[in-house]
Amino acid sequence: MNAFQSGWAWLLQAQQWHGADGIPARLVQHLEYTALALVIATLIALPLGLLIGHRGRGGFAIVSLANFGRALPTLGLVVLAYLITTGSLAAVLIALVVLAIPPILVNTYEGVLGVDRDIKDAARGMGMTGPQILLRAEIPVASPLILLGLRTAAIQVVATATIAAYIGIGGLGRYIIDGLARNDYAMVAGGAIVVVALALAVQLLFVGVRRVAVPAGLRAQAQPS
Amino acid sequence: MDWGWIPPHTGFLLSLAGRNLYLALIPVVLGLAISVPLGVLSVRWGWVYPPVLTATSVIYAIPSLALFVFLIPFTGIVGPTEDLTLIIPLTLYTLATLVPNVVDGLRSVPGPVRQSATAMGFGGLRRLVQVELPIAVPVVIAGLRVATVASISLVSVGQLIGNGALGLLFTDGEQRSFPTEIWAGIGLIVILALAADALLVLLRWMLTPWLRSGPRTRTRYLTRGEAI
Amino acid sequence: MSRIVSGAALGLAAALGLTLAACGSSTKSSNPLSGGTASSGTVVVGSANFPEDVLLAEIYSQALAAKGVKVTRKFNIGAREVYYPQIVSGSITILPEYNGALLTTSVDKNSTAVSTGDVNAALTAKLPSSLEILNSASAQDKDSVTVTSATAAKYHLTSISELTPYAKNPVIGAPPEFKTRADGIVRLQKIYGLTFKQFQPLDEAGPVSVSALKSGKVAATDIFTTDPSILINKFVVLQDPKNLFAAQNVTPLVYKKGVNSTITSTLNAISGKLTTQGLLEMDKQIGVNKEDYATVAKNWLSQNGLS
Repeated sequence: MNAFQSGWAWLLQAQQWHGADGIPARLVQHLEYTALALVIATLIALPLGLLIGHRGRGGFAIVSLANFGRALPTLGLVVLAYLITTGSLAAVLIALVVLAIPPILVNTYEGVLGVDRDIKDAARGMGMTGPQILLRAEIPVASPLILLGLRTAAIQVVATATIAAYIGIGGLGRYIIDGLARNDYAMVAGGAIVVVALALAVQLLFVGVRRVAVPAGLRAQAQPS
Repeated sequence: MDWGWIPPHTGFLLSLAGRNLYLALIPVVLGLAISVPLGVLSVRWGWVYPPVLTATSVIYAIPSLALFVFLIPFTGIVGPTEDLTLIIPLTLYTLATLVPNVVDGLRSVPGPVRQSATAMGFGGLRRLVQVELPIAVPVVIAGLRVATVASISLVSVGQLIGNGALGLLFTDGEQRSFPTEIWAGIGLIVILALAADALLVLLRWMLTPWLRSGPRTRTRYLTRGEAI
Repeated sequence: MSRIVSGAALGLAAALGLTLAACGSSTKSSNPLSGGTASSGTVVVGSANFPEDVLLAEIYSQALAAKGVKVTRKFNIGAREVYYPQIVSGSITILPEYNGALLTTSVDKNSTAVSTGDVNAALTAKLPSSLEILNSASAQDKDSVTVTSATAAKYHLTSISELTPYAKNPVIGAPPEFKTRADGIVRLQKIYGLTFKQFQPLDEAGPVSVSALKSGKVAATDIFTTDPSILINKFVVLQDPKNLFAAQNVTPLVYKKGVNSTITSTLNAISGKLTTQGLLEMDKQIGVNKEDYATVAKNWLSQNGLS
């Protein structure tokens, strides 16, 4: 576990925590890319997933999209976006958004689609109109899966933003790419440790959000995956 | 995009694709071989499952580049074990995906089915192999599909440590400002992944004859337990 | 039941068969850019992770193969910091190197040798005993400090020393290793007293660097001197009167125990024919015309009577 130890030692050095190359600065950059990409992807994918799920059609296309999104190679997307836009930030955002959309879209669709017919009938029986059924019945029942989609997308974006350092952006991936270029494994390992910590923090964040946003009864029956 | 570049380079592209499959499928096979026993154990001894589940969700969250990089001091970048630097992390990802599916699949076997198997004189192992695992097949294959597609795609990230099969098209394409190479790489990876996915769907169809006939309530394109 | 078993067996066999087939095709690849593992009797030719070095390694590989040597290609490994330990230990047998950069990066950071002769003498004296350099080519490809023609005109810049009064504000960009290696930021400071406001890591002097320079994201960057983008974009390579960058002749670096006289004479013959102009030409074919490394290498070898 030598590299691990040298990674921890690197992390504990005071100089790593100051300045433009410091961990806080890079962490903030990473979070900025992540947040921005997630917001954009959610704005696109969430309404779309709700709509298609509510209507109940287009299932095959949606599931194919999930597979397709998972197959897209992150490094390839980042580099291609870069060559087309020649701007690092635009390229990164495009790649991040493209990769974040499938999990959000598909899980939202599946969540809304999977709402029991009985619940929808009951809602209709109570006099709710289409949009009201969506808002007050389907979305709450679908919330575990919707959140799962958001969580999957968030983790995907954190990982892709790490790789995107290859085209010169900031963020935590810088430590891995630069460390590899300088054969400084302490930096590589230290950077990797921080990236993992961030990914796990994101996981935990969503566990917390789930506790708050998903009604208790649903939390009990829905399965984490 | 220079379509004309592709035909003369078919051999080159195919050999990269072959290597990509090799680096991607070995982890899937290994992961399957480990997750089935691990899943069976988790069902048999319930207390094993929560820590296993936590471990798998932790692994799944770790960015691939970070995992590859952690392996470097052990298996290296150039040398006889360099492929392990990719294979070991990808096996871990496969495990992380499959174990929950194996457990879920085994747990989905209806109680009455298990009981009638016992009533017919099936011992524990025979019941597992001839009744429970076959019923779990759709859920397990669902996980296999996710793991295989992800594996084929993630191999390319290995190019950042000099070993990425089709990922080479991305770094070389970047350095020479040559989008054609990059499109070719993306295209091939997606094709390979979707083909593997289709083969697994076919396998599921072949292995579950009892699901083929019978009433269909609502067309579901995902079987139970399919992770997105 | 037996259907299930046979179905499963079929599926497993198919998976195994596919894997073995892919396995077979991967280990006997003869493509310039794919990897492989070394076995005894073969020579491993490695390269750094930028196109010109891949090209040079391909030239070496083809020439050696023509002489009946078994060659395994290990290209695009990474920067020198990554692959140098591999050749010291013998995992790699042959590398196309640049003598000055090799000297100051990995062998003797404090060396002040500048001319080809001095650099090679220093290398011969200081390389680890497992390694040696063969004959240098006249072809050179140097790191540089390069600015746009607009910047050069604005500040009347022709040489690096003229940058000093302006260096406080601009940002310099370069491959990530430029920051820590001797012939990079460290020496810019030591020899020219230049401290830039910020160091921006970019790619290996590729399109990210070129566009960063063009867009003004960085004021100066390290572009390798045989890169066609210099002429295309009318960049200005600042002169280096104090010799921060020493001679950078293309020089084969070899692991002594892995080579024999056939190998060394083949590589020396290549060095004898490789000129800066020839290198520039080939870089243009690869980078601008998007020709294959293998084709460009083959043509050069036959044009120079070496195939």
